[in-house]
Amino acid sequence: MILQGIFDVLFNGLSIGSVLLIAALGLAIVFGLMGVINLAHGELMMLGAYTTFVVQNALKSLGEPLFGAYIFVALIAAFGVAAAVGLLLERQVIRYLYGRPLETLLATWGVSLILRQFVRSVSGSMALSIALFSLLFWGGQWLLQRRPDWEQLRGRALAILLPLSGAIATLTGVVLNSNKAIAKPWFSARNIDVTAPAWLRGGVSFGSFQFPTARLFIIVLTALCLLGTYWFLQKSAWGLRIRAVTQNRDMSACLGIPTDRVDALTFAIGSGLAGVAGCAVTLLGSVGPNLGTGYIVDAFMVVVVGGVGKLVGSVVAAIAIGTLTYLLGSGSVPLWMTQLQLSEALKPLFDFFTFFSTTSMAKVMVFVVIITFLQIKPAGLFPQKGRTVET
Amino acid sequence: MNPIHLAMTEAARADLQNQPMLDVKNLDVYYGESHILRNVDLSVARGKMICLIGRNGVGKTTLLKSVMGLLQPRAGEIIFDGQPISQLPTHRRARLGISYVPQGREIIPRLTVRENLLLGLESLPPQTRKRAALEEVYDLFPVLKSMPDRMGGDLSGGQQQQLAIARAILSKPKLLVLDEPTEGIQPSIILEIEAAVRRIIEATGISVLLVEQHLHFVRQADWYYAMQKGGIVASGPTGQLSQSVIQEFLAV
Repeated sequence: MILQGIFDVLFNGLSIGSVLLIAALGLAIVFGLMGVINLAHGELMMLGAYTTFVVQNALKSLGEPLFGAYIFVALIAAFGVAAAVGLLLERQVIRYLYGRPLETLLATWGVSLILRQFVRSVSGSMALSIALFSLLFWGGQWLLQRRPDWEQLRGRALAILLPLSGAIATLTGVVLNSNKAIAKPWFSARNIDVTAPAWLRGGVSFGSFQFPTARLFIIVLTALCLLGTYWFLQKSAWGLRIRAVTQNRDMSACLGIPTDRVDALTFAIGSGLAGVAGCAVTLLGSVGPNLGTGYIVDAFMVVVVGGVGKLVGSVVAAIAIGTLTYLLGSGSVPLWMTQLQLSEALKPLFDFFTFFSTTSMAKVMVFVVIITFLQIKPAGLFPQKGRTVET
Repeated sequence: MNPIHLAMTEAARADLQNQPMLDVKNLDVYYGESHILRNVDLSVARGKMICLIGRNGVGKTTLLKSVMGLLQPRAGEIIFDGQPISQLPTHRRARLGISYVPQGREIIPRLTVRENLLLGLESLPPQTRKRAALEEVYDLFPVLKSMPDRMGGDLSGGQQQQLAIARAILSKPKLLVLDEPTEGIQPSIILEIEAAVRRIIEATGISVLLVEQHLHFVRQADWYYAMQKGGIVASGPTGQLSQSVIQEFLAV
């Protein structure tokens, strides 16, 4: 009985831990390696989840045996969408804020709000006006850049282009909104449900145990993402460049490494991994625009407890936090105490664990443990002396 | 290509041959509001070794950092191999053929010796990055060959210096910029490093810009510039380095 209970805790701990880890993996790169505090990381996950929803709807017409494979298409698409948005975010916002954590924090928080509202209200007309604005604003700049006197023109050109393309795009949007079909929001503020493919819905029996296939899938997916990230960072040429730039930016530049491209690539990969995580969590239940808020704190917690800059730290921290959460929340401890007939002898302890055996109280307890842990080891499980993005 | 064209490129090439490898003109560099380099002129002739001397804090390292693009000059020009480079980002300058061995070596601490050396190939065009080149620098610095998997940060100062020079020459540079390569290194290793630098120059004919305090090493150079308070105050062939100049500009 006890053995079965321990096994149950270990599996569920691993399962919760793998969800934590896949959510934190991208952050381990963006925050751990680059030192960028990206509060929009959760929203990149959310974009991955919505991409999964779109891919699922698009492929529904394929029929069952083929449709079951949509999840693999969705994984790739979610990575691509999140990486592209991350790239845009890095090039347009974060790049100007390296070495200024407070500004980065505020800016990315703003971006997270924008993204959240964006999926709530995006509609055909809105998408068209944004596309029109981009075309006019950046297209116009691209055309003007060919003029030889661009440098002198620049300030005035932007002062005219920005309000002009903004006004045209807004007007178009307003006009299009009179058409109900185009003005209808794509997702609305309600939660969306992604139906897991049939082959992921059941469970796998192992003796008297029943493992949900979706959970096993997430564990395997997390392991693959982890191995892929490790391989990329340790063995590939770009991984070497990333490690060099995160340790010594100036010297890397002196060796001929294009540091700004390395920054963009690193951030895009971290964001793409968030997208994959978003795709994975759609298997666990319905998702909404606020999906990110639920994961961002956990993700930062995993990276900080693990020790910033160390992948292995995030792995250990995620599994430890996952196991602890399940151990406390499931009420396993009081159950074991009853079975071992210790509940009377150790009454206060029994009451203590019973009190904390709900999901929300377990979370409180986990936080208390983590805060205490960080008082003793502020640099986390695997501390590392190192430099992050400076200047 | 017609013969006239060919003749013109020949002439252009000959012209380029007469130009210095590096030409710094009227350089002014500030740290915030403090004026560090004042109107500095310096040139490194092709295939020559130029030594920059001066006491601590006169702006020698600042000058080298400006050449690499780690600091932006407020005024002046830097011309490398006939091309103005003041506006180029650091990594483009490295790709044009300037290799830098900074003060304090700046070995990437948590990369292995081999990985640090592989970074030396980064400024070459992708198709010419050959790992076999590592063998050549292992011949030059045998000590590195015995520890390819040690972390760069765990090496001794002398080993790090050898690694930094090896890393710099892997990119087959046209100009090697060395900032105090003998600082804080035990005498026997200094001789080894000196010999290696001399062998590199003899084998490849590259130009060298050296900042150095160690008199024996300074004497290896063809020409010296002496700096004081952010400006060049004396220059000449190192053969004519008088005792008074040495007394004034070298911390010996």
